[in-house]
Amino acid sequence: MKKEKIKDLIEDPNIGMTLIVKTVARITIALILLYGFYIIIYGHLTPGGGFAGGVILAIAYTLMMLAFSRHIALVKLSDFWASMWDNIGMLAFIVIGFVGLGFGYFLFNFLSKGKPFSLVSAGIIPLLNLSIGIKVGAALYAIFIGLSIYGRLVLEEEE
Amino acid sequence: MGNIAMPLTVAIPMLFAVLILITGKFWRGVGSYLGPLAVFIPLYLSFFLLGVKDTTYIMGGWIPPIGIVMVLDGLSKLMLIIINGIAFFSIIYAISYMSKYTAQFKFYALFLLMVAGMNGVVLSGDLFNLFVFLEIASLASYALVGFGVESEELEAGFKYLILGSVASIVILFAVAIVYNITGTVNMADVANTIGNPMLNKAVIFALGLFIFGFSLKAGLVPFHAWLPDAHPSAPAPVSAMLSGVLIKALGIYALIRVTFSVMGAPTEILSIIMWLGVVSALVGVLLALGQYDLKRLLAYHSISQMGYVALGIGLGTPEGIAAGLFHMFNHATFKSLLFLDAGSFEQSTGTRDLRQMGGLMKKLPITSIGTIAGSVSISGLPPFNGFWSKILIIAAALASTQYLAAAIATFVAFGTLASFVKVMRFSIIGPLPKIYQNLKESPFSMTFSLLALSIICLISGLFYIFLMDSLFYPATNAILKQSAYISMVLGIGG
Amino acid sequence: MLLYILDMLVFGLGIYCLIAKRHLIKKIIGMVIIEYSVNLFLILVGYRINGIAPILSPGENPIVFSQVAVDPLPQALVLTSIVIGLGTLALMSAYSIKLYEKYRTFDMSEINRLKG
Repeated sequence: MKKEKIKDLIEDPNIGMTLIVKTVARITIALILLYGFYIIIYGHLTPGGGFAGGVILAIAYTLMMLAFSRHIALVKLSDFWASMWDNIGMLAFIVIGFVGLGFGYFLFNFLSKGKPFSLVSAGIIPLLNLSIGIKVGAALYAIFIGLSIYGRLVLEEEE
Repeated sequence: MGNIAMPLTVAIPMLFAVLILITGKFWRGVGSYLGPLAVFIPLYLSFFLLGVKDTTYIMGGWIPPIGIVMVLDGLSKLMLIIINGIAFFSIIYAISYMSKYTAQFKFYALFLLMVAGMNGVVLSGDLFNLFVFLEIASLASYALVGFGVESEELEAGFKYLILGSVASIVILFAVAIVYNITGTVNMADVANTIGNPMLNKAVIFALGLFIFGFSLKAGLVPFHAWLPDAHPSAPAPVSAMLSGVLIKALGIYALIRVTFSVMGAPTEILSIIMWLGVVSALVGVLLALGQYDLKRLLAYHSISQMGYVALGIGLGTPEGIAAGLFHMFNHATFKSLLFLDAGSFEQSTGTRDLRQMGGLMKKLPITSIGTIAGSVSISGLPPFNGFWSKILIIAAALASTQYLAAAIATFVAFGTLASFVKVMRFSIIGPLPKIYQNLKESPFSMTFSLLALSIICLISGLFYIFLMDSLFYPATNAILKQSAYISMVLGIGG
Repeated sequence: MLLYILDMLVFGLGIYCLIAKRHLIKKIIGMVIIEYSVNLFLILVGYRINGIAPILSPGENPIVFSQVAVDPLPQALVLTSIVIGLGTLALMSAYSIKLYEKYRTFDMSEINRLKG
């Protein structure tokens, strides 16, 4: 879709929620995404981690879906790519496990543990957190969008 | 320090499931190439593990009871062979059978996840991972039951989903109680801490919850309501997996592991399991007698035959347990064979109703041979394998002076025979209806699985003494020697 | 003790909702309530009154810390079971949409095409 057309869709008052919601959503979505990545990347130091951060990432996209309508969300991240990222996250996790096998054990922490309480530490755990975060975020978004598309189809069939 | 093949039996099906999901977006037929390969590797590994000494594998280098541990003992080896063997034949069969479905790569991915989950269940060394793998396998099976998205399949799938989730949550609840008492979830450590379970009321409660949860997964009466709906509704390879393997790995195996290895087999609990088995055997066969839907009839027989297994296990003697395990192996072979046969009949004739079949011996010879082999095995006629395991169970029941149980088991054997005489009378002999004049035998991949399973039924009947010595008595030893299990996992002398 | 009793009350409510209600979505809600009561039970198992969060900060003595912090293992277990619950919930919702498409009703007592 062309940029102008997306802009028209975003600003069309008949699509999505009211202007107030749209304005707030436009500001907050970026912040929510940032916060999600923060939770994922600092998962080995603070509470949270892959799953919690991934849920927050998915919430950002779900907010987009609710505020601006499903079409805008699908332009930003299509269902194909959502399910692709979902699989890539899981593949990354398993591949990291297999690499650990080369060092003796499945899922062995083969990277240097680093200094405790610094961002780059704990070996493979941040990498695993990142892959889980991507997987959970994409999967949850895919679930929302899938249920939404499919539920709409069923309702339209009825009318 | 453990064998590298153990985590691979779980990891490889999972890896291939993801690969199929990714490549399937561009090439829909990828599953029929990668799927059988992904099951063949764990099958090869499980035969390899059969010759390996009992050992543990430490995940990520963290030693138990703190780290996650995988345990390989005689029972796990037996279950790995059953799971991957049946999965291999089912997935070969599925190459032709599933080709009519549009999203077949999703079928293969779910199937592989289910196999990975079950391999994880039988290798897992702590209660919580047992629960997690059990949920992986169950979730995949919930989705597979409704795979055809017809209204009956969805209804059965939803029923199965609700009841299965209740069972899973109850199992989690029991794990939480056990953790509350012992402060650990490692099975060997729990067994070490608890000692005699009958002295602590909370442990008895947890054990009751475990029995409820695992019996529901195993489909024992009175928790069987989902089974006759869910098993027939699934596509034939999935039915074969559900009836052949899933109820054993998730139900009977987990029940054995918890009652024997963790709780030390208190006699009261064993008699509960035995009577659950007797009631299941009787009720299952009585309900099966009146059925005309072929797959539903087979599903009721699954309940009945699982009752035999539970009866053998519940006797608690080495002979009884070995006979029960032997019957579990036999049931996996002949019930998956019969379900695959039913799928072949259904695909050719378009119906599962026995009254509309007849004379199919002339048109579908290989499928009919499979049906005869399976029916003779399940009814317990020599020299097929079902005969030996049933007679061993009855003999073990007589030896432990459970005369009523032995009498009911004998009666059930005759009921099964009657029921399968009906199956053969309606499906393969008799006049051929006119509409079936142009039927053709099923494609090669289906007939290959049917013939292979029939031959396994015959061979395991002929060489049952060899199998008992090499597979089932080691498994029985692993079940009965709780102290050996504890010392193997925790690495302490004893 | 009161906490455990209240938790079991929630569990009972969930069972009641699952059995007594005929609406599909209400059954799903009942299922979720049961699940959360068990999760709550797991958290209660590891809870310590006046305990601190199990996060080690720099310079803290691990032995002293282990005596005042709450048990982190049940929290990890609960997180796993929440993830599993999410998967089950998603599957149940998908099933209920599909069932609605086929039967045009959410009433479980009208969804009865299976016989025997």
